[in-house]
Amino acid sequence: MTQVIKYIFYDLLRTRFILLYTLFLMISTFAMFQIDSDSAKVVLSLLNVVLMVVPLISVVFTTIHFFNSYEFIELMLAQPINRKVIFFGEYLSVSIALCMAYVTGVGFPALLFGADPSIITLLLTGVILTLVFVSLAFLSSVLTRDKAKAIGIALLFWFYFSLLYDGLLLWVIYSFNDYPLEKVTLVLIAFNPVDLARIVMLLQLDISALMGYTGAFYKEFFGNNTGIAFSLSILIVWVALPFRIAASIFSRKDL
Amino acid sequence: MISFNNICKKFGKLTALDQVNLEVKPSRSYALIGPNGSGKTTLIKCLLGLVVPTSGEIIFDGKSISNEWKYREKIGYMPQIGRYPDNISIGQLIDMMKNIRPSGEKTDDELIDAFRLYKMYDKKMHSLSGGTRQKVSAALAFLFNPPVLVLDEPTAGLDPVSAEILKEKIHGEKVKGKLILITSHILNDLDELATDILYIFEGKLQYNNTIDALKEETNEKRLGKAIATLIRQKELLDSIAD
Repeated sequence: MTQVIKYIFYDLLRTRFILLYTLFLMISTFAMFQIDSDSAKVVLSLLNVVLMVVPLISVVFTTIHFFNSYEFIELMLAQPINRKVIFFGEYLSVSIALCMAYVTGVGFPALLFGADPSIITLLLTGVILTLVFVSLAFLSSVLTRDKAKAIGIALLFWFYFSLLYDGLLLWVIYSFNDYPLEKVTLVLIAFNPVDLARIVMLLQLDISALMGYTGAFYKEFFGNNTGIAFSLSILIVWVALPFRIAASIFSRKDL
Repeated sequence: MISFNNICKKFGKLTALDQVNLEVKPSRSYALIGPNGSGKTTLIKCLLGLVVPTSGEIIFDGKSISNEWKYREKIGYMPQIGRYPDNISIGQLIDMMKNIRPSGEKTDDELIDAFRLYKMYDKKMHSLSGGTRQKVSAALAFLFNPPVLVLDEPTAGLDPVSAEILKEKIHGEKVKGKLILITSHILNDLDELATDILYIFEGKLQYNNTIDALKEETNEKRLGKAIATLIRQKELLDSIAD
């Protein structure tokens, strides 16, 4: 197991992509800190970058990596190694590489400019978002044999959760605004990991009113800490569920 | 040692394997023949667990292989088209396999020496020619001294000298009492290497007997002609049945 992970991990570090990703995050974080001295504001601006970029990069990188290492997977599967170990090894190595890139990319400049507790939450939400979208990307990779199709499905996940879902949510709220929708919205938000991450961050920064109606309601309903705990636990479900489904498809997949 | 019980495999509408029943034993060498797309590779991949049969089961040393992986320690597999990670060199690949698949006994480096692969240890896998890749696949299949060898088109793409080296190696392992499963279209090679013929056509196992029996049945001395006669007889029988 450790041997398999070691080789996948080495292979990952050799691709320049992870390095570029780290650099990109580092430069944007540096720039934000330079523009503004109020660290809460910096975190807020960073949040918007993180919510868009982290899922996108995670999804695209994971899918491309999976199909590029198809040969390696094929080779390993003919050896006396459990399929689950190979799948878990792939998942773990990709997640660790991406999370490391994210944590150093955002964390290092933040540390230089003086860390704020909210930065820790930002790092945590970024890491969880990475895990969620790596899971989703693995799911889309095992669903099809075609690389282009898999990237398409993975991008669709990103597009849906980052852009479409909010639009749909607004439409639902607008169309049914004669009814009490607070609880319904609360449930609906749990179906979108990006929104959940945003809420965790906003509750932490104590500016949930900025998020308008739902944010305010969320805060009223849960209070800060329960709200954060609730969102985090649902996010963990978002990591585990696609991973479970993908693993069970992979264990029966023909290569 | 290995028995295939009622193996069926469907890819969508296509039936790749249809009720295959087969038993193979050590110290024998089985030649799997049949036209392209008849299901030879699928059968081999079923044995390796790369393809999961739609129904039926494979028993390896008395145990079903479904959801098992430990049994693969006893198999050396040489794929038809060896696909390897691009960014890795031959030396790294061999080291990696040794690390991932630790074996108590000494590894069998005979083919690495015979093919002079150690001279190219620094070459990256993506820069290798088809034939060299094939040599690497062969060396890896024999490396861990497995009691079962599964060779999918072993000599295709090899130059005559290397093909001879490989054939000698296969023959030597057969004499040592290993079970060998070969697919090939080069019937002359099979005449030297195989003891039994398994003829697969459209996913069905049509013929399973020793080469000597086949030659006797068809009254031919050469395997190539014997198989041609066998196929013609089958076609004749089929046309009568229709």
